[in-house]
Order: sequence, then C-alpha cells, then structure tokens
Amino acid sequence: MAKSAGWKPKEKLAERVDELHQSQLWRSIFRPGSIFRRGYADSPRNRAYVVMNSLLYHLHPVKVKRHGIKLSYTLCLGGLSFFLFILLTITGIYLMFFYRPDVGAVYSDMQNLQTQVSFGLLVRNLHRWGAHLMVITVFLHMARVFYTGAYKPPREFNWIVGVILLLLTLLLAFTGYLLPWDQLAVWAVTVGTEMMKNSPVVGDQVQFALLGGPVIGPETLLRWYTLHVLFLPFIIVIFISIHFWRVRKDGGISGPM
Amino acid sequence: MPTPDEVFEQVLAEEQAKGSSPVVATSRAKAARVRAERGSKDPNKPDPSTAPRKAPAAAATATEEKPAAKPAAAKAAPVAKAAPARKAAGGNGAVPERVQRLLAVVKPEAIQKVERQPMDRVNVWPHLMAAEFVALLIVLILITVFSAVVDAPLRQLANFNQTPNPSKAPWYFLGLQELLRYFHPQVAGVTIPTVIIIGLFAAPYIDRNPSTRPDDRKLAIVIFSFFMLTFAVLTIIGMFFRGPGFNFTFPWNDGIFFEL
Repeated sequence: MAKSAGWKPKEKLAERVDELHQSQLWRSIFRPGSIFRRGYADSPRNRAYVVMNSLLYHLHPVKVKRHGIKLSYTLCLGGLSFFLFILLTITGIYLMFFYRPDVGAVYSDMQNLQTQVSFGLLVRNLHRWGAHLMVITVFLHMARVFYTGAYKPPREFNWIVGVILLLLTLLLAFTGYLLPWDQLAVWAVTVGTEMMKNSPVVGDQVQFALLGGPVIGPETLLRWYTLHVLFLPFIIVIFISIHFWRVRKDGGISGPM
Repeated sequence: MPTPDEVFEQVLAEEQAKGSSPVVATSRAKAARVRAERGSKDPNKPDPSTAPRKAPAAAATATEEKPAAKPAAAKAAPVAKAAPARKAAGGNGAVPERVQRLLAVVKPEAIQKVERQPMDRVNVWPHLMAAEFVALLIVLILITVFSAVVDAPLRQLANFNQTPNPSKAPWYFLGLQELLRYFHPQVAGVTIPTVIIIGLFAAPYIDRNPSTRPDDRKLAIVIFSFFMLTFAVLTIIGMFFRGPGFNFTFPWNDGIFFEL
C-alpha cells in the first residue's frame, strides 16, 4: 500500500544522502578527493586516494613492488612488531589507571587489578604475552632483514636504527618486568642488573643510576615505572618514525633477492 | 605572439635538437607552454621545469596537493603523474593570483636520471593492506585466546630476605646468564654483550658484498646463523635445563624451573 501511494524510501534515502554529501559540514570534513565525499568506486585513482587521504595509511606508498607483498619475503614481522607496540600501548594505558608505582601500594594494586577490575586480568595477560611476543617478532624481523640482505646500501642507516629499536624493545620489556613487584620480578631484575655492575670503571655508577640506590628499592620502582611508561616509549616512537621514514627514503622494501 | 601549443612544439623541437632525453624535453616544453599561457605576468616565477615531474619517489607525495585551495584542480589531479603544468592549464583562470607552493625540491640531475628500471608494481590498497589486516587479525585473535587461557604469573610480594632458587633473569637475558657459568662476569656480562651490539651496528660496514642473493653470501649467512643458533641454544639451556643453584638439570626429570 505504501508503494502504491508513491512512497519510495530508496529514492528518498538517496536524496538525503546526496544532500548530506553536498552539505557544508560534510564537505569541510571530507576534503576533495576523499572517498567518503563521493563514495568508493574501485578505480586506480580511488585506490591511490585510500592511501593518500589517511594519516595512518599514508605511511605506505601508493604502490609497492609486487614481490614485496609476498608473505614469504617479510612474513609481516616488522608490521606485526608495530602492531604489537600499538596493542601494548593501549593495554598499558589501561593498566596505568589501576597501578601506583609505590612500594606500599603496588602489590595490592596488582591483586586488585586481577580480581576486582573489569577485564583487568585479561588486559594484563595481553600486555605481558604481547610484550614477550614483541621481543620475539622484533628479533625475527632483524633475522629476516639479515637473511634477505636488506641492510646493504642504501639501507645501512636504517639497519642501525633497527638495532637501536631492538635494544629499546629489550629495555622496555626489562623495565616492565619489575613493575608487578613480586618475587619473580624483583629477583629477575636483580640478576639482570648484577650483570651491569661488572662494567669496567663505571659499573657501580651505572647500577646506582639504574636502581636509584645500591640495591633495588622504592626508588627503583618509581624510576623504572617512569622509564617504562614515558621515557622509553617516547624515545622508541621517535626511532620508529625515523625507521618508517627511512624505509620510504631508501626506495621502499628491499629486494627482490 | 605564438600560442601556447606552438611554444610547446617549438621548445620540444629545440630540446630534441640539443639531444636532451625525451622526458626532460617534454617536461621543459610543457613548462614553456605554461609560461606562455600565463603570459608575461610573472616572469620572476621560479622555473617550473624544476618542479617534480616523474621525480621517482618524491612525485607521489609532492603532487598530493591540498585541492581545497584550488577546487578546479581536483579534477585535474590524478596521482603520481599530476604535473604542475597540467594543474595550471586546468585552472581556467578562476583564481587570478596564484600562490605558488613549494611542493618539492628536486635537483636538476635527479630529473635527468630517470633511469629506474620499470618494475612490476601493485597498489598498496587493497593488495598489501588486506594482507596486513589479515595478519593483524590473526595475531590479535591468537594472543587474545592465549591470554584468556594462560594467566600471567604473579608470585608473592617481593621479599628481599628470601632469594628464590634458582633466580633467573627475564628469558631474553638468559643466554647471557648462561654465559656467566662459563666466563668471568666481566666477559659474560659486559664484553660479550658490547661486542654483540657493536657487531650488529657494524654489520653493513663489515659485509661489503653488495649482492643480496643467498648464493653469493654464504659466509655472511653462516656466521649470522651460527651466532643466532648459539644464542638460541644458550637461552634454551638457561630456560629449561637449569635448576636450583643454576645447576644443570633435565626438565623431564626434575621439572621446569622457569617462568615467563
């Protein structure tokens, strides 16, 4: 009956959508060339626009070498390392809501996180397993780059940035290891920092600076917390940016072999 | 006064007579056409022939313009090939005073060295991004399932008077801790890590072989694999084959003294 009365919802809807697309608000948000302005039609130009009109996607070039998208060449290891870094940032921020880096409060915070906080245990698990996995993927990424000879000119500098990123990843993992403040964390860190004490000449000073005292204590917790949640992420984001930028500057992905 | 198209033909002929490469000749001719179209309004403008046309990697980003300022240009702005010349031509005089933006600086030599081998290229969207997205989803699912099933360890509150036996470093340092059994602490804890780090940094400068083919670089692969394997073996021994007092055990006899 609605049909006979000439009620055409599809046309009406199309009209409204069209009006919306023409509105000043819509046009000021979606700039010319955006696929959201006029819809996505599969054309070479729109495929390019998808990449160019997105802040995140335009880390990629519009086109890449065909061999570079072969899974067997990169195994996605670099991208997955980056994804894990994002995942760790998100889960880490969630954990920060419920965590105080204070020796008197930290352990009860950990217990509350696991028993009282919604998804607290799951997010903590994600953060911990994600961190271990990231160490592995970064390491394997380095191996992949070596075996494909991707560190050779003109990519020597990016290899160095990559080694720095590997070290930063290890430092992030190691500083995070102390934060639960349980027997496992404290003694693992004790063993780890005992090794640094053996540095020639400055060994004791290095250990003192890292621990905030001669042995692990409240200062260590605060210090490593700050390193873990602020300082090292800040540094690693800078180096990740340089790393990605250099990939493009050095002519995209390496190879084919 | 010659029409812009005549200027184009004339400059093209001149360039060809000079023996310039076809790419350079066309781009200079196009630039001349643009200048002719603009008339003698602005002779002080920088020579547009230095603007990017087919400058290899720069072009894609350089021509990614902000068309909001020039609505007419949106139509005439396809991707990598959008030359400034075409943009100006399509502007149909709607904007009288053009503000030139520096899109990219391309050295003259860079334009003439357009010798990149033609290569089979594919669009990142959808070919690469779809693969990346699937990889991301798989890892996300695996890690979420794993996290739902296996809980991260949380032992008792830290107690500095009670040393657990054995005390182990985080797993990525267990290779070094294992080395402590064999070498003086200064060697295992400081010298070896320093040498490894410096060696990694220096790898591209030590390995001067330009080839990336595995057949040409057997030595590099063997050396690298040797170090990787050694470290993996040391780490695995440290993880599973070290028990109380960090003494050697077999995990199938005494159990595993290791936590992630």
